[in-house]
Amino acid sequence: MAFKILDEREGQVARTRKGSTVVLDCNRASVAGSVSQRACTFCGSRVVLYPIADALHLVHGPIGCAAYTWDIRGALSSGPELHRISCSTDLRERDVVLGGEARLESSLRDLISRYSPKAAFVYATCVVGVIGDDVPAVCKRVETDVGIPVIPVMAEGFRGTKRDGYSAATRALLQLIGTADASDVGPLSINLLGDFNVAGESWIIKNYLSRMGVAVVSVLTGDGRVDEIRRAHGARLNVVQCAGSMTPLAKAMQERYGIPFIRVSFFGIEDTAHALYEVAEKLGSAEVRARTQALVRDEIAKVMPELKRYRQGLQGKRAGLYVGGAFKAFSLVRALRQLGVTVALAGTQTGDQEEYRELQRVCDEDTIIVDDTNSLELANFLVEQDVDVFIGGVKERPIAYKLGLGFCDHNHERKIPLAGFEGAVAFAREVHATATSPVWSLMPRRAQRAERPLATGTETP
Amino acid sequence: MSCAHAIKLPDGARAQTTVNPCTLCAPLGAALASAGVRGAVPLLHGGQGCATYIRRYLISHFREPMDVASSSFGESQTVFGGEANLHRALENIARQYQPSLVTVATTCVAETIGEDVERLLGSYAEKHPDHGAVVWASTPSFKDGHVEGFHVMVGALLEKLAVAGGDPKKKTINVLPPIVSPADLRHLREIVQGFGLDATILPDYSDTLDGVILDHYKPLADGGTSIDEIAEMPRSVGTLDLTLTGIAPRPSAVLTKRGSTARVLGLPIGIRATDAMCDAFGEWSGSDTPAWLAHERGRLLDAYADGHKYVFGQRVGVFGDPELVAGIAGFLAEIGARPVLCATGARNRALRLALQSLPADDERVVLEDSHYGAIEDACGRLKLDLLIGSSKGYRMARALGVPLVRAGFPVHDRIGAGRLLLVGYRGTMQFFDAVVNTLLEAKQAASPVGFSYL
Repeated sequence: MAFKILDEREGQVARTRKGSTVVLDCNRASVAGSVSQRACTFCGSRVVLYPIADALHLVHGPIGCAAYTWDIRGALSSGPELHRISCSTDLRERDVVLGGEARLESSLRDLISRYSPKAAFVYATCVVGVIGDDVPAVCKRVETDVGIPVIPVMAEGFRGTKRDGYSAATRALLQLIGTADASDVGPLSINLLGDFNVAGESWIIKNYLSRMGVAVVSVLTGDGRVDEIRRAHGARLNVVQCAGSMTPLAKAMQERYGIPFIRVSFFGIEDTAHALYEVAEKLGSAEVRARTQALVRDEIAKVMPELKRYRQGLQGKRAGLYVGGAFKAFSLVRALRQLGVTVALAGTQTGDQEEYRELQRVCDEDTIIVDDTNSLELANFLVEQDVDVFIGGVKERPIAYKLGLGFCDHNHERKIPLAGFEGAVAFAREVHATATSPVWSLMPRRAQRAERPLATGTETP
Repeated sequence: MSCAHAIKLPDGARAQTTVNPCTLCAPLGAALASAGVRGAVPLLHGGQGCATYIRRYLISHFREPMDVASSSFGESQTVFGGEANLHRALENIARQYQPSLVTVATTCVAETIGEDVERLLGSYAEKHPDHGAVVWASTPSFKDGHVEGFHVMVGALLEKLAVAGGDPKKKTINVLPPIVSPADLRHLREIVQGFGLDATILPDYSDTLDGVILDHYKPLADGGTSIDEIAEMPRSVGTLDLTLTGIAPRPSAVLTKRGSTARVLGLPIGIRATDAMCDAFGEWSGSDTPAWLAHERGRLLDAYADGHKYVFGQRVGVFGDPELVAGIAGFLAEIGARPVLCATGARNRALRLALQSLPADDERVVLEDSHYGAIEDACGRLKLDLLIGSSKGYRMARALGVPLVRAGFPVHDRIGAGRLLLVGYRGTMQFFDAVVNTLLEAKQAASPVGFSYL
């Protein structure tokens, strides 16, 4: 059977052409029956708030939502690990009929007394939205009694897309920010927004900033702590990494506290260097600028020899990528280009029109750009574009492997830090290990095709 | 389930807050069952997130493509009903996959708003008179977990599709397994064939979720039991129902009602449980146990003799799906180990009953409708030597310093979950070796001497 994209989805796919961009029909609900790779509003809120390690995260609903998000991210903590347990009100038929407020309240009190968290987040899931539990009222009541912030996260899955979940998380964070004294925060200070400390990435970035002489008031939300978040309004600059999830928060903090923000990325050496220079520039300190220059010079000198070796093995290979947000996609296109790899397919779950225009601009000609794709489209695009290595999340992994292609996990479940200069090397190592593995030469699709055989992996440094 | 609507909750499992669930949701089980039918696409009626979470979860265990469609509820479907979305989903699935069957399972939100799926499918059939088969199962997760969802979908498939009448087919039997690995399914078929019989296994995801690599991508993986084979199931000479700890009414009841005879057993792990299964095959086929299988039995006995002292009296905690827990507990008792903790998150309350056939043990704790918060507490109190269960127990095992042998679903911190063989003499032998060697390794690691002969 010849593959054909669903009619309703035709406006969500484009092919890059020199000098022109196509407007994608994006930011809409997934088409029923399409097998989208997207999750839901709850998921969006959960991934953003999840890394706050000294807060209780209670999922209010039947068991599934909590079960699927138990210890799901590789977000590390340097201390408490409350985020790594999965608490659920585990609603049953009786609760659905009679209301879940009592069960929510008893669970909240039980868990708070057991774990002594610094704050509690209560996630309202689909069923709760339907049965009409007054979650904010229960939270307020418990908060007054126990004396810690108890914050409702209104993230019923049906309310919208994952993006709407980011807004729900933003509203929740804004209830914490500004609730503690921050008058002692100095002028050379920032918040890092949209880094989730996956595999310790926040620590890598914080290390750079500390060497630059810049204080990090809070990371939202990697290795997150409630007390740090409460003081976030004291920072002089918000540095936004995962722009899709955190731009709304940055905008709100600009309005409320007058904190300017910059959007950066710490994926790839170019983007990392650019991000650090931007921070130095915006903080306006000559001293910080000088330290940043020295740091970038040293770090790049350290990683270049290894990157060059990987580049030799990867030159001419073709990549496909499908990620959550567009800003990561921009960075990946640049990072891969630096490794000699051409991106032939680039898509995101949640990009907006402006982001897709930019994505078309940064990609080479004849790249497929796709919004909210599905597994069948991906499989077909990968073959059509003759891709060697695919970059995505666990749901996409078996598609690549079944086609006999390399795969690199760039999602939040990965266990390898890919941010900063050392992360750029780790990324190159990953892409190299998978794209040049000798196993692919045994796979039927490759074995039949001698004209562009894969490297045999002998040039491993 | 105890009363949960008053703030002062009574004692008992439901008084406790669920911390670290020991079950997934019902639609996951339904989707997994669907994967064992040839050319079937599972569709969840409800939100997009449910389908995606379930896909991710199944993929992390099987490491195979697993498409689960959604009718993608938004706010207006939640308020006004999802008829149009369900129809569009069915149309789009038909366009993309040309499936032989779509299985519909309902998520919590669809169940809560009271979607009349039967009616919605009726109006779809009117619009599309030539549409393919659709089977629907009601799977609200505020009632059931993945284990029950799996059995409910098998029951729905039989109810709707197993309809052929006619003379019994003397050389064919049915097997209704609980959630087991693709390797288990393959081995069950091999044993049945050893008795000169053919097996219709429902579901059979041995190929669809443990497939080969081809030179192209198949939208629907090869394998699975076909709709025609399911139709013929009432004509089989016998039905082996391995869901002793399943749901009531049993899915196999559909087949006995329609003419097949059923024998209900636990999972064939260990000598006695596998003997019981082979006895049934012997009776249905009139054939003796094949020589190769008798040899496997003999080698397993030989392994028991070699390893019995290492396992004797060892205190073991077993957790996971009830079929697995009951099967492994029976095996442990058979080899002289002590299953002092048997725990499941399943809500069907069948485990305790199934464990009554074990030798009595004053210290044994049985937890049903439980969660890892409670299971870990019990493990700590019971001073275990070994844990057996899914990857979900790894953190608990690590915290307690107790070695873990992985079995069941999900195993997502190792590769080869689909190749974990547990059933039959052969599977038991592999498992016995894993259990003994894990205990030996723990002993070796803890020893200051470092013996290299044990």
